[in-house]
Amino acid sequence: MVNSLVYILIFPGFLFLGIAGMFFEYIDRKLYAKFQNRVGPPWFQPFADFVKLLAKENIIPEKAERKMFQVLPFFAMAAIVTSFMYVPVWGTHALFSFNGDVIVVLYLLSIPTLTFFLAGYSSQSLFSMIGAVRTLTQFFAYEVPLFLTILSAALLAGTWSLSEMSVFYNQHHWLWLANLLGFGISIIALLGKLEKVPFDIPEAETEVVGGTFTEYSGKLLAFFRMTIDIEVVVCSALLAAVFLPFGMNLHPAIGFVLFILKVLSVVVLLSLMRSVFARLRIDQMVNFCWKYIAPLSFLQLIINIILRGTIK
Amino acid sequence: MIKPGKMLRQVISSAFKKPATTRYPFVKFDMPEFFRGKIKFIPEKCIGCNLCMRDCPSNAINIVKVGDKKFKAEFRLDKCIYCSQCVDSCLKKALETTNEFELAQLDSKNLNIVFHGKPEEDIKTET
Amino acid sequence: MDRVIIPIGPQHPALKEPESFRVTLEGEKIVDVSLRLGYNHRGIEKACESRTFMQNIYLIERVCGICSHSHSTCYIQAVEDLAGTEVPKRALYIRTLVGELERVHSHLLWLGVAGHEIGFDTLFMYSWRDREIVMDLLAKLTGNRVNYGINTIGGVRRDISKEESEEILKAVDILEERTKYYIEVATQEVTLINRLSNVGKLSRADVELLGAVGPVARASGVDMDTRRDDPYAAYSEVSFKVITADNEDVYGRTLVRVGELMESYSIIRQVLKNMPDGPITVRVPRKIPAGEAISRYEAPRGEDVHFVKSNGSDTPERVKLRAPTLANIKAVLKMLKNYNLADLPIIIAAIDPCFSCTDRTISIKKLDTGSTEIVDWKSLREYSIEWYKKRGIRF
Repeated sequence: MVNSLVYILIFPGFLFLGIAGMFFEYIDRKLYAKFQNRVGPPWFQPFADFVKLLAKENIIPEKAERKMFQVLPFFAMAAIVTSFMYVPVWGTHALFSFNGDVIVVLYLLSIPTLTFFLAGYSSQSLFSMIGAVRTLTQFFAYEVPLFLTILSAALLAGTWSLSEMSVFYNQHHWLWLANLLGFGISIIALLGKLEKVPFDIPEAETEVVGGTFTEYSGKLLAFFRMTIDIEVVVCSALLAAVFLPFGMNLHPAIGFVLFILKVLSVVVLLSLMRSVFARLRIDQMVNFCWKYIAPLSFLQLIINIILRGTIK
Repeated sequence: MIKPGKMLRQVISSAFKKPATTRYPFVKFDMPEFFRGKIKFIPEKCIGCNLCMRDCPSNAINIVKVGDKKFKAEFRLDKCIYCSQCVDSCLKKALETTNEFELAQLDSKNLNIVFHGKPEEDIKTET
Repeated sequence: MDRVIIPIGPQHPALKEPESFRVTLEGEKIVDVSLRLGYNHRGIEKACESRTFMQNIYLIERVCGICSHSHSTCYIQAVEDLAGTEVPKRALYIRTLVGELERVHSHLLWLGVAGHEIGFDTLFMYSWRDREIVMDLLAKLTGNRVNYGINTIGGVRRDISKEESEEILKAVDILEERTKYYIEVATQEVTLINRLSNVGKLSRADVELLGAVGPVARASGVDMDTRRDDPYAAYSEVSFKVITADNEDVYGRTLVRVGELMESYSIIRQVLKNMPDGPITVRVPRKIPAGEAISRYEAPRGEDVHFVKSNGSDTPERVKLRAPTLANIKAVLKMLKNYNLADLPIIIAAIDPCFSCTDRTISIKKLDTGSTEIVDWKSLREYSIEWYKKRGIRF
């Protein structure tokens, strides 16, 4: 019982994820500023933002549906923290694992996107409706490549459990190089999932004022932003566990340090792509994903099927 | 020739250079010498012709006679637009520009400045 | 989907200055736009009538922060025309120099704003960093970063020394290199080209029908530039090309503005090389003889027209400004139809709107009867206090 409480609240639960989320947000914003030849925020900025938002008043529009409006941030946060329980962090085995947990993790990671849509829809304001519809349209574009690349890596390992996949890749040492194309594709799809430029269309500040979060303020907005931060950490951890699974069967402390380094490298890649591109339009984005990214992910799937046949 | 990510090389090399920002209140920034900041009045040279008052676009300067051929100038720093037209209009060069620009005050009464008979004293008084 | 009307403005992150566009949307497609101007009206034209010609220079300069030298020079040219003065050559060259430096800073600002509107913040930060070079240079030459105050009736107020000329030349070299890099980015970066091409098309016939001016007209192939057609200041003695493009869309306007930057550098170098010696100002009497005068100037946004009427005293009788954005506004309404909502910020930003310059409206239309009347200041103030009281706002 005490063990479960420690796992939920401290590690790898809310406290660890909260601190990790704030740390990686600081790294992202500082790097973004350095790339633009500026100074950037100090290290306590994400924490200061969180505390400031908690202190502000909750303003709920009259026409909005109150209960759904208020419960959605916590719903999203619960889904994200739960999915982190299945991702291997300090060794080859995650906290809990069973056959099929790759699918469960991917499903739990798409719940936040649906809550963003519902948040915009339940606000009943013009700008938030447009932002909500854009979130859903973008969802249909990037989800297929992301799923296919992760599932093709699972296919190569011959199992549907993240921990078993980790064990497999650590036994066959150089086989993870076959998934590099998938890694590139999933980084691009991840830009869409985390709503970063060039795919930050749902929250385009200059077009629709705040997108789905236009009417949110106070504690609810603080938790939504915390959810987005944690989403960055969890998705990067998932990508690191699936596509960069080397060095996992060493001592747990070294494994943990390697985990931090891998997540850091994914976050640095995301920051770099954020500074170099302009934002695309929604129809251009859907076009691009279905014309170029989805066929490449099919290609990765075929390569993995052939490889699996030859290893057997 | 179309290249995606054209700015990549510049972006990465900027990460290692010094930032272009001046951290202003902690690092003092000096404006150039002839920047149009606060106006300084030299009472000995003033002859009371009031040309500066006539040409000021916002009625920010007021010349008051305090004795025989002695004048004092009252400035309202909140009305002044720092165009230094008064400096150009003065025939005796009794007004000069300085490059002082940090003139904000918490109390608006401190923005009325009076230049008295002696040039070293400019006393902020209530007028 | 049904049609919704969303309000873009008066307060919106896409607009840098308040303006009200009511956009009718069907899904993501813009079907209809209606416009209201007037949120930045400050009564400058009326205020000019109670100040002397000398005081008005500083008032007219503050119509706009970015094109302040354009307004001030245009007004001064009209007044000098009325007074019949012959401005010394050196003063004309210095006015041209400051005018071209202002064009450089305005186009670099536009490049940054366009980058921000399409989500490309890196371009925004880089171009505004380079703009600081020009701002610091202008602070050294004229005494202020914006609102330069270098004009006076009959010439200019400050002279340029040898060291300052050297500094300008060095700064222009650095800026030319940076501008070449921006041209490369604009022609090669694929996301930028995709966002800016085929957006906000305005055909050549529409330009001539709606009366668009400046880079908006030049990007549709219309070859008009007041500096060449009706030369003022020192422009009859420098040689430069007028940049046009055939794209008719926002990408063409980008290319025109970046090309104009390169031409400005060449004009600055020619002006500094050929600057004649001599006095910088001429004495002009305070009372300007009666008459009317019109003068035109090529501001960074287009053609700026000023009309000054004097009745022989030392205050003008009527001053009227026609800013270039007012001529381009009707073209925006035509450019927005049938494009996506995502294109709206960049289409509005493509005419480089400066609503502070634009708002000169004076007639008020009663909504129910449709009649217009001229309202004076006191009754307008009482009317607005009543309007707010009816909605329960006390102050």
